[in-house]
Amino acid sequence: MSEVNNAYLLKELEEQFAASIYSAEEPYGMLTIELDRKDIAPAIQYLKDHAVLKFNFLTDVCGAHFPDKMGKELSTIYHLHSFTNNIRLRIKCYMPLADPTIASVSAIFNGANWQERETFDFFGIEFLGHPNLKRILNVEEMEYFPMRKEYPLEDQTRTDKDDTYFGR
Amino acid sequence: MENNIGQYDHKEEYTTLNLGPTHPATHGIFQNILTMDGEIIVDTEQTCGYIHRAFEKIAEHRPFYQVTPLTDRLNYCSSPINNMGWHMTVEKLLGVKTPKRVDYMRIIIMELARISDHLVCNSVIGVDIGALTGFTYVFQWREKIYDIFEEVCGARLTTNIGRIGGMERDFSPACISKIRAFLKEFPAALREFTNLLERNRIFMDRTIGVGAINTERALNYGFVGPNLRATGLDYDVRVMSPYSSYEDFDFVIPVGINGDTFDRFMVRQQEMWESHKMIGQALENLPEGKFFAEVPEFYLPPKQEVYNNMEALIWHFKIVMGEGEVPVGEVYHSVEGGNGELGFYLVSDGGRAAYRLHFRRPSFIYYQGYPEMIKGSTLSDAIVTMSSMNVIAGELDA
Repeated sequence: MSEVNNAYLLKELEEQFAASIYSAEEPYGMLTIELDRKDIAPAIQYLKDHAVLKFNFLTDVCGAHFPDKMGKELSTIYHLHSFTNNIRLRIKCYMPLADPTIASVSAIFNGANWQERETFDFFGIEFLGHPNLKRILNVEEMEYFPMRKEYPLEDQTRTDKDDTYFGR
Repeated sequence: MENNIGQYDHKEEYTTLNLGPTHPATHGIFQNILTMDGEIIVDTEQTCGYIHRAFEKIAEHRPFYQVTPLTDRLNYCSSPINNMGWHMTVEKLLGVKTPKRVDYMRIIIMELARISDHLVCNSVIGVDIGALTGFTYVFQWREKIYDIFEEVCGARLTTNIGRIGGMERDFSPACISKIRAFLKEFPAALREFTNLLERNRIFMDRTIGVGAINTERALNYGFVGPNLRATGLDYDVRVMSPYSSYEDFDFVIPVGINGDTFDRFMVRQQEMWESHKMIGQALENLPEGKFFAEVPEFYLPPKQEVYNNMEALIWHFKIVMGEGEVPVGEVYHSVEGGNGELGFYLVSDGGRAAYRLHFRRPSFIYYQGYPEMIKGSTLSDAIVTMSSMNVIAGELDA
């Protein structure tokens, strides 16, 4: 069983998606690839259906904002886990701030549904083909995406708030 | 049970029922908008976010040290597991190797936390079908576990236990004797609780076959922990990716068959026995040595040193201000929390705070499977199903 390692996993992925894998690293032992966003859904489907790899579990989907990376400001990060081989994989997809769209994988893994909604809620990344893409943790009237770096944590010294009713 | 969903076209007669946000049976603030056909649930829409506290945003502005109290408030039924999961994530980023004694001490605390988590969950299943006795009875034992936490760290519910690199202090003799007393007396109590519910005809009738889900659907929804194991799949982070020396321990992963409420209950029951066994093993083989790793940049020096020693004071100040050298990198670490795989995805840019920290919260992910599990069942079954899933509002909303 132990023949499935990061090198094999990368080889299998490169056979299929060579053109869209931009980089591959192994920080702290987890294979991390940077994938072109157009291939995210096919890649996850491929990994799930692969006869040997069997990535049967989508551990996590989350977003990140890198304002300094021109043209790659927003990113979604997927953590996959193959229970059969006990190997994990991280896939990162970058997208420009002007066009924050990526295909939804919620049809492949239903568990991605809320995680994509959460990512949309906080980063404004639109998941194309998502069945119900609306805010999940924040109020629906909110007009911005709070986890983006341009929004600072509330300043503790601000004076424009009326705290009379809170005993402060 | 037979039901006639979709057979009649009488949608205008459906009733909308708000279950939550402050319903006593939701055990936390979240809402289900149920569409009912008489007694039968036709559809449900879940809303959450009522206690969203922006932990991920706050964590981007706090030194690693100050993130620990945030993790307390995720699954507050087993805060120590969250605390230690976070500490281990940072240790993984820093490349710190903790002494064996730390690992074993952590396991004792984490398994105690798991017992307290499962005790609450399982007894609350009883409460939701009208058996309050077990709940009031086992709460005494949760209190005893909290007494042990109090002995270690001074707090009970939101513990903030441990440090990056180890424990804040060694187990005191009083603490050890409390753990020993707990180990000795708890089995009798758990057996009594078992007798109360496990073979109780009413309890079985109310839980067997209720809110069932199969392994494939559960995996697809991202189920983890006891809820996944109840469906028959033995996925446990403690075994799949051992952390904190779990590989030294001899324990079994209990699994269910049908993935229904009764199986979830039974898996948790069995896990408490396993946790009890592991605490015994850890205490028996508790290695000698230091209770912290050598990471002066992150591990606070002893208080008496800080008051009397210049260097210690400087270290203290630097740690509190988050001045320690942090490598650039990204790391994912997961622990087996009360509800399953609790993950921390940490991106560090070398600054004093995390550049990005994401909590993989098991409740948030597996709660999506709830509508599928309750469609076609009655309201009372839906409530039992919810309590058996152990959805914790703090973990749901982060």
